[in-house]
Amino acid sequence: MDVAQHDLLIVGGGLAGIRAAIAAAQEGVSVGIISKVYPMRSHTVSAEGGAAAVVRADLGDSTDLHAFDTVKGSDFIADQDVVEYLVNEAPKEVIQMEHWGCPWSREPDGTVSVRAFGGMSINRTVFAADKTGFHMLHTIFQHSLRFDRIVRYDEHFVTKLLVDDGACRGVVAFDLRTGEFRAFSAKATILATGGCGRLWAFTTNGFINTGDGLALAYRAGAPISDMEFPQYHPTGLPGTGILITEAARGEGGYLLNKGGDRFLSQYVPTRMELGPRDIISRSMITEFEEGRGVPGRYGDYMLLDLRHLGEERINSKLPFVRELAENYVGIDPVREPIPVRPVVHYMMGGVRTNIDGATSLPGLYACGESAQVGLNGANRLGSNSLTECLVFGARTGKIAAQRARETPDGALHALEAQAADDDRATKKRFFEDDTGTERIGLVRGDLQQVMENYVGVFRTGEGLSAARQEIRQLQERFRRVRLDDKSSVFNTELMGALELENMLELAESVVVPALLREESRGSQARRDFPNRDDQRFLGHSLISRTPDGPRVEWQEAVITKWEPEERKY
Amino acid sequence: MAERTIGLSVTRFRPGEDRQPVSQTFTIPYHDDWVVLDALQYIKDRHDGSLSFRWSCHMGVCGSCGMMVNGVPKLTCAAFLRDYFPNEVRVEPLANFPVIRDLVVDIDDFMHKLAEVKPYIIRDDLETAPVGFGHEFRQAPEEVDDYRQFSMCINCMLCYSACPVYGMEPRFLGPAAIALAHRYNMDSRDQGRNERMPVIGSSEGIWECTYIGECSVVCPKNVDPASAIQRTKLATTNDWFRSILMPWGKR
Repeated sequence: MDVAQHDLLIVGGGLAGIRAAIAAAQEGVSVGIISKVYPMRSHTVSAEGGAAAVVRADLGDSTDLHAFDTVKGSDFIADQDVVEYLVNEAPKEVIQMEHWGCPWSREPDGTVSVRAFGGMSINRTVFAADKTGFHMLHTIFQHSLRFDRIVRYDEHFVTKLLVDDGACRGVVAFDLRTGEFRAFSAKATILATGGCGRLWAFTTNGFINTGDGLALAYRAGAPISDMEFPQYHPTGLPGTGILITEAARGEGGYLLNKGGDRFLSQYVPTRMELGPRDIISRSMITEFEEGRGVPGRYGDYMLLDLRHLGEERINSKLPFVRELAENYVGIDPVREPIPVRPVVHYMMGGVRTNIDGATSLPGLYACGESAQVGLNGANRLGSNSLTECLVFGARTGKIAAQRARETPDGALHALEAQAADDDRATKKRFFEDDTGTERIGLVRGDLQQVMENYVGVFRTGEGLSAARQEIRQLQERFRRVRLDDKSSVFNTELMGALELENMLELAESVVVPALLREESRGSQARRDFPNRDDQRFLGHSLISRTPDGPRVEWQEAVITKWEPEERKY
Repeated sequence: MAERTIGLSVTRFRPGEDRQPVSQTFTIPYHDDWVVLDALQYIKDRHDGSLSFRWSCHMGVCGSCGMMVNGVPKLTCAAFLRDYFPNEVRVEPLANFPVIRDLVVDIDDFMHKLAEVKPYIIRDDLETAPVGFGHEFRQAPEEVDDYRQFSMCINCMLCYSACPVYGMEPRFLGPAAIALAHRYNMDSRDQGRNERMPVIGSSEGIWECTYIGECSVVCPKNVDPASAIQRTKLATTNDWFRSILMPWGKR
């Protein structure tokens, strides 16, 4: 078995991973990007609305205002030093993307346009119509092609982090096309693998969003954090969960209940449709429970009305919304309101890192959605995540590259041996043992249903306990999984089994802190603990893996300028 | 009422097992809001876990799930069963590509060609230009319109699959790569046209295209690669005349 060697390895080829790769290449180190898909398939591609940055200070915006909005949006558990770093770097990163070719939407004078977004007190979201993530990803991926120092391993699946002598020394991965396992050695490794929205049945997330990087870190002993906070986006298409961007409301769309009322006046009167996602999603569920939703084949929904915006504005600012609504629910938003309901969209939680993207395991870093750097707290504001990928992708890439430069080459034979072991163990488990009876597709479907039933917009202690038990049973069932596919070439069933194993691990890491956090804050709404409790929970959950399941500790949020206050809009 | 069903005939090719592709038919429940991709995943989950195909976003933007559906290149996440029901649906791997397995094709050739056309902004001050508030390279909305359509390519490979020229001559640069080169050539921020021309203007570049236009017909994002190719031909011809008539002028 030969070993692939790089100074720095990056797992994941979305916006955060490629931004990190470019920053590292500019530091002069050799970079390997390992991704289970071609980079342009990464889930960044599905982001629609935009990226927040103070690029129009001339319109009255300021970095302090962006920071405060973010802290308030987080329900006061964002780490404020991290927030301040983000808001200061964001304008540079967004303009850097412009220089690299991103087709931002523009004003007549050629400057970059900004639009309104939920929880942001002024227009500060830079956008490329309503395909912002798509354009950013293709722009940065294509830009990365000019760097000879960046080598890609497309369609490779990482099975394990290599830990030797207390530090991360690379990864084990197999090439999907050949099935060959291989050790990848590096002096620093960055996880940029995105979130795990596929834990739920009804999600905006792509099939690939199974949280692989989180599970890799968790197993290797680096704690994950704030997993009890999955974000529900208010406007997904019923059935498929396809995202209808918040920009639809940013551009002036209304949310109406069955009676045609803009019901948000009862919940977020000062912000209405531009309230934060957690509060709007809760308001919608409350309306459903009180009988004011529109009944449909996939449960109740609300109406997203864009008709008053007019065809011209819809075509210029929201063309993808129109395309998606027409294709997937047969509705032309120029003429009819779009049916929408809250849908799992984003993980505030991730691998716990410091402001440099460093995890507790030396040599291991994380950025983007797979990291919990402290930016988003209990509720992320829309359009902060693309910015997070850029700002912390760049910083983490640079800092990891510096570590790589300062670290001497290590011996390879121990890594080789670990990779060979992992190869053998994986094949033994999934190919040789033929006694199982469970199908991965069915176990996965049941897991998604458990999460849907018990870990929704509102939770109870009782429901979460039931969820934990059922997840444990599913983990048991997984041990009896049998694969139909025992071949080596492009074995997506084997990859699916390893992804499901990751998902089953992470599901428990969501439920346990949700159970222990006996309060309601941001996206965690406990019916049995309806109030926020700053005495006990003004901070992050820190989740470690033990043989008995997740162990949770609490870590105080960093407060620099803004003391917690009642969160009202 | 008995559950309605639909048949899917799916191409299988298992390297090492099958000497050539074979077709396998599955009968599955019919849902009027399912797309072909949903049907494939249903088969994989319930009937045969070894069926191999690629997918991710399920919303027509990641470009993973292109296949031949009843002989036409389609994104299977946007091909509804209701448009075929009650007839059987035939699903095959994208034409014109080597098959790795089942419905998975090898797109390495495109990945190399993409890099060859230098699909990125080239300009002298790229490394040195300041960034941050007020430092954007200004671009009027009309200037964005010049290239925006060509920036919509999702690299789904449907155009290569539909292109008879690519089918005959795999060295042909092909619709998507040329459209992306054109996208940067048309960008007012870019100065790299002369660096791209040796590849685009070569015999395997634009001149192979016989303007059949199938690429633009199948493109799910209305990129219109055929027009990009024609416009590049025109611009290149102008360059050539200019270099003959005015050899002292560079562009």
